[in-house]
Amino acid sequence: MTEILFFIEVVVAGLLAGTMYSLVALGFVLIYKASSTFNFAQGAMVFFAVLSFVGFMELGLPFVLAFFVTILLMGVVGFFTERLVLQPLMNESEDTVLMATIGLGFVLEGLAQAAWGVEVRRLDLGIGDFPIPWIIESTGLFISALDLTAGLVAATMIIGLALLFKYTKMGLGLRAVADDPGAASSIGIPLPSIMLMVWTAAGVVALVAGMMWGARAGVQFALVDLALKALPVLIIGGFSSIPGAIVGGLIIGASEKVLEVYVGPFFGGGIEVWAPFVLAIFFLLWRPEGLFGEKIIRRV
Amino acid sequence: MTSKPVFMSFSKGDIINLIVMMGIGLAVIPLVVQSDYWYSSILIPWLCLSLAAVGQQIVMGYAGQLALGAAGFMAAGAFALFNLELRLPYIPFPVNLMLSGLVAAAFGVLFGLPSLRVRGIYLMVATLASQFFIIWMIDKFGWFKNYDTSGIITAQDIVIFGKPFTSPLEMYLVVLVVVTVLTILAINMTRGSPGRNWMAVRDMDIAAESMGISLLRTKLQAFAISAFFCGVAGALFAFTYLKSMEPVAFDIKLSFRILFMVILGGLGTISGAFIGAAFILLFPVVLNTLGNEVFHGMVDATIISSIELVVFGVLIIVFMIYEPLGMAKLWENLTQKFRVSSAPKTKAQLGRKQET
Repeated sequence: MTEILFFIEVVVAGLLAGTMYSLVALGFVLIYKASSTFNFAQGAMVFFAVLSFVGFMELGLPFVLAFFVTILLMGVVGFFTERLVLQPLMNESEDTVLMATIGLGFVLEGLAQAAWGVEVRRLDLGIGDFPIPWIIESTGLFISALDLTAGLVAATMIIGLALLFKYTKMGLGLRAVADDPGAASSIGIPLPSIMLMVWTAAGVVALVAGMMWGARAGVQFALVDLALKALPVLIIGGFSSIPGAIVGGLIIGASEKVLEVYVGPFFGGGIEVWAPFVLAIFFLLWRPEGLFGEKIIRRV
Repeated sequence: MTSKPVFMSFSKGDIINLIVMMGIGLAVIPLVVQSDYWYSSILIPWLCLSLAAVGQQIVMGYAGQLALGAAGFMAAGAFALFNLELRLPYIPFPVNLMLSGLVAAAFGVLFGLPSLRVRGIYLMVATLASQFFIIWMIDKFGWFKNYDTSGIITAQDIVIFGKPFTSPLEMYLVVLVVVTVLTILAINMTRGSPGRNWMAVRDMDIAAESMGISLLRTKLQAFAISAFFCGVAGALFAFTYLKSMEPVAFDIKLSFRILFMVILGGLGTISGAFIGAAFILLFPVVLNTLGNEVFHGMVDATIISSIELVVFGVLIIVFMIYEPLGMAKLWENLTQKFRVSSAPKTKAQLGRKQET
């Protein structure tokens, strides 16, 4: 019985940790949906956003104010990205834009470090990374409060975004742009402002993801590398699907933990470093467009 | 189509270039440069990383496969050479060096397999798997490091036919010869039928396939050769520059640096790999010296390394927008201007004159 409990615990912890990957992947999907751009800088945006947030707090801004100032800052970042990087590269190939966003990532990392320094910051959200007593009492499962919060936050954000896309004029415009940018702009949908909104939304998602990660592991440069794990999430879920990002994150999170706990000991542990990527490769062989992605048919 | 490797005839200009470069590399530099610092901190790492960049160039610039795992293959080469030297010391060093390249090539084929199904960022993720997996493997299994408890291994001395090559100058010469031979080989391949096939696949894979080029063969060949170059580069890097190493020396950051060398240097040119490597390697040195000399250490070292990141990033964006073919193309444009102004009698121009 305890073994089954332990297994459930591992899976639940994995699922909840997976929502953190989902949060990073979500920002990726937002931008990909709107502009077919693989934004490799999403990881850097996570780092940039949360480091700025902590920086503003250190300057003495209260929590809520720092949060909104950071969102404003991410909007500015989005504005300049759109103007200076994406517009000039509008009709270039996907690979070219991807490489440019790698460059963008380094710019953001460099700027964040230059502005706020390199030391590891602690971020206290008032939510501990310890098991919740009443869950232990009622079910015997050890589930971290932070994990649970991350899961709830992710769920809220996804519902919020889904509503935004479905019921607002902005969202309708966004879906039109995602479908066919040329046709959308010819009927008068303002492409730049849609892009600005999308990048700001991706910035908000990055900030929230960064706050969750930062509360667990400290606000530090390693966040950028952690964010790389969002890539296999995207491959499993599909680049253009918000539910895909969530399900992909859950699959990666759970399988990573299960593999680490049950297979890892045979190899001396630490396989979670590469297991998601290898899992993604097998997924690619089986279903290259991802679970929820659209099948892309390329013609000559 | 049989892809028989054609040994390209080199033009007169190529041969003059080679002789001049070899003259500078083998005679002028050893005579002029006396300080060990230049050999062990600038020239040796530059040549090693250039060779790795040539490998990255082959798979990315020529075959058009967005791979991001050069450092993993370098680690495979470095630790393969360490083990070969350790366990098979009677095999001569040059043979072991090539063998370690082949070990890396085997990994290249294995992790190149996904390229048959996917491209772009999908492939990038697949190659990231190789990066993380190889480093993890070396890290976790003590055998690769001869069960050294510290996890840091010390590279053996390079001994070629009984003669030890241990001083910075001697090691520089070893690296120079290996890099030159392999670079000529790379130029040869890119100009010959393998290179034609790579470029055909890069420009449009379906069209290439319909012309009878086997995608399977061409892509895996590109991955294998690329990994071979990275492997040899990694082995040289470890044995002549790092000397004592742990797997972490070949982490994802090094892969990114090599990617930048190729992007900034210029995709699809061998010279771009060398120019890019020189820039990525020298720019931080210049920036640091500037920080020390001009601002007398008033600027924090972390600020300088941050500026470095920003500059690299900005340059990549700027090059992607204005000159996707990188610094090699800028250089070519510059020399072209001089050539046209001084000697406008190229064959094409003469022919055009006769027509009119």
